[in-house]
Amino acid sequence: MDSLLFEAFIYLAAGVCAAPIAQKLGLGTVLGYLAAGVIIGPLLGLVGAEAQRLQEFAEFGVVMMLFLVGLELEPQQLWSMRNRLLGLGGLQVGGTALVCWVVAWLVGTPWTVALAIGLIAAGSSTAIVLQTLEEKGLMRSDGGKASFAVLLFQDISVIPILAILPLLAIHGLGAETATAHDAEKGLRLLDGLPVWQTTLLTLLAVAVVVLGGHFLTRPLFRFVAGAKVREAFTATALLMVISIALLMSLVGLSPALGTFLAGVVLANSEYRHELESDIGPFKGLLLGLFFITVGAGIDFSLLAQHLVLVCLLTVGLIVIKAAVLWCVASLFRLRGSDRWLFALGLAQAGEFAFVLLSFVGQNGVIATEMARMLTLVVALSMLVTPFLFIVLDRLILPRMTEAQARSEDQIDVVGVAIIAGIGRFGQIVNRLLRSHGYETVVLDLSAETVDTMSKFGIKAFFGDAARPDLLEAAGIGEAKLLVVAVDDREHALNIVKYARQRRPDIHIVSRAYDRLHVYDLYSAGSDDIIRETFDSAVRAGRCALEALGKHPHEAEKAVGAFVRRDRRSLLRLAELYDPDIPPMQNQPYVDLAKRIRAEEDQMMTIKGAEKRNEIDRAWMPPPVTDKADDA
Amino acid sequence: MKTLVLFAHPALHQSRINKAMLKAARGVADITVADLYADYPRHEINVEREQKRLLDHDLIVFQYPFHWYSCPPIIKEWFDLVLEHGFAYGHGGEALKGKRWLSAISTGAPASAYTPEGRHHFTLRQLLSPVEATANLCGMPFLAPFVFNGSLSANNTARDEHVAAYVRLLTALRDDHVDIERARRRELLTAADIGDIMLQVTHG
Repeated sequence: MDSLLFEAFIYLAAGVCAAPIAQKLGLGTVLGYLAAGVIIGPLLGLVGAEAQRLQEFAEFGVVMMLFLVGLELEPQQLWSMRNRLLGLGGLQVGGTALVCWVVAWLVGTPWTVALAIGLIAAGSSTAIVLQTLEEKGLMRSDGGKASFAVLLFQDISVIPILAILPLLAIHGLGAETATAHDAEKGLRLLDGLPVWQTTLLTLLAVAVVVLGGHFLTRPLFRFVAGAKVREAFTATALLMVISIALLMSLVGLSPALGTFLAGVVLANSEYRHELESDIGPFKGLLLGLFFITVGAGIDFSLLAQHLVLVCLLTVGLIVIKAAVLWCVASLFRLRGSDRWLFALGLAQAGEFAFVLLSFVGQNGVIATEMARMLTLVVALSMLVTPFLFIVLDRLILPRMTEAQARSEDQIDVVGVAIIAGIGRFGQIVNRLLRSHGYETVVLDLSAETVDTMSKFGIKAFFGDAARPDLLEAAGIGEAKLLVVAVDDREHALNIVKYARQRRPDIHIVSRAYDRLHVYDLYSAGSDDIIRETFDSAVRAGRCALEALGKHPHEAEKAVGAFVRRDRRSLLRLAELYDPDIPPMQNQPYVDLAKRIRAEEDQMMTIKGAEKRNEIDRAWMPPPVTDKADDA
Repeated sequence: MKTLVLFAHPALHQSRINKAMLKAARGVADITVADLYADYPRHEINVEREQKRLLDHDLIVFQYPFHWYSCPPIIKEWFDLVLEHGFAYGHGGEALKGKRWLSAISTGAPASAYTPEGRHHFTLRQLLSPVEATANLCGMPFLAPFVFNGSLSANNTARDEHVAAYVRLLTALRDDHVDIERARRRELLTAADIGDIMLQVTHG
């Protein structure tokens, strides 16, 4: 227990110190975590052997990350990516593997070993690249999209690579082949089955994910959300991701790929934003842990021993990968900063290389000593990546023309309005905005309401808009407008406060319960504050006036004047309002309220020339005496 | 002169010439430009505020499209409510006396339509006589209206010229570079002939 707590303390402390400092320095959190790992591992020796075990666990962060990426990607978007996925991805993996193979073979490695090295070098680090792209807001740029397509293809290509690698052992060193093979496949369900059955079961598993995601999740989430137990929803979300990952591992597919698919299926779901904000923190923590373990796992004694060789190999690997990426990018018409982002961003080896290297080491394809050295090269190439991003940011991007920067800004950026609360109030606002072609993102705390809305074809998402992470997921960072239409007073205040602090420039329209709520919302930073029953009460009053015989236009003018007067008195009273004193005990406030009421009553009793209120002033004929002068 | 432009167009998104003129007027430094339909989307004109605005300026420009030989409804309502007895006219109503009045009008039909022989039978000055009479009753010298004819068939060049002339005119009025007497004596002002009323050529 103590050692577990101590481990947790060390890793968390490292993360807590490193990530904010690195971010403040503009280096990105990935570099911070990697550096923290190097410090607590090789430098201070605080962590040791367990880093390896933790790393396997932390890699689950990549699985969660792909789930989240999938959530952002609707099926149509995935389909439109198919050319890039196969073309860019295929050329990158094939090209890199081929060049590395030839180079390794030329420097005297047996061809089987060289081929294994080539295949291992082909992958890139999904964790580092996606995390960095997300942090820099580059996921939607052309280069970001292309990078993502390649990473996805690499994930798929792992399956055939895993199948090819053991075959290479026949010509290789061939020692402990059998045992390692068994260990690796320990959990797999399909061993020993004929090929057609394996294929069938694999397809079946994919079908389970797609159909289950489409048909089963909705009732399940509705049931859990209906219970209104926060942690139950989080647990459901985690359970779903983990069970998909488990299912995929059982049939020998990549768990990351499976959860990505599930994410895409759920991209249209109304629970999307809630899922994002539930899984997000786990993903972040696990990825951070993963980066720390990569840093901690760097074998400095081995590095010192073969310093020149290891450095040469690392630089060589990055140069070859970047060169291949550059050529592939040019073929696919990536230009300027996008091409640089693509070529430098993906130039490291991936986390899957660790798995593959231990696999081939045990399989005897590659000698253990060499596998250790290559593991070091992979880790170093990852460590170098954040620096490549810094070079890209500071040296290369500033030289790109402004024109290109401007055209990039427009990609996929939509002016979005977020509507918090889609009850009787928010619905009207939403309909009005959508009927004029504005994109809205709608959030509501009630799963039932969200459900009903979805039946009417309105895009609504389940979640508590007072939670900052949900507002983030709904796009508060880019939105132009926030409509706070929830019926809970405190809730509304919290949303306005957070939104105003997060985005001083966003326009906030909010629904107020009563006058006092108006004052609170005003001081919280809302731009427009609408009392929820005021306008309808005024309209009812106008109908009443008409029914009592007032001419409709007179009634309309009377109502207009009443509303303006009310607004003025509201402003006067707001100055005396003190949130710390209940209004009834606030003497100046009470006095003014009485005075205003008296003024209102008086207005009706004044007669004749004194009657200079705004209704009677309008279209008032000149006095008779004056008319005589004019005539 | 301290210049106030009171602008009104009931369908601004469909306007070409007035929208361009409004944008250009907003670019002229040290003058006030008010879009009445934006200030009072529900026609709830704030009379005190409008009267104060009049008192603060020496030249009032009414800019609007000529619809049914008259002005957009909000301008008429503005006249009705703001130009009160005892403020703008009648006993004690001298608040606007001496302030200058300029109408900046656009018409859909070409200039030839506004002749006794033309389609509309009356000249623009005849049709604008209620406006002129309003100015007279308020004691405000009425400058020759600045007109853009044929807005329905106008090309970009004509529009650009008119907008440039509008900016020149507003700037010159602001800087007192206009011969007011000559401007009052003319029938109409157009982009082609505003040079005639300038006191001196201004650069920049």
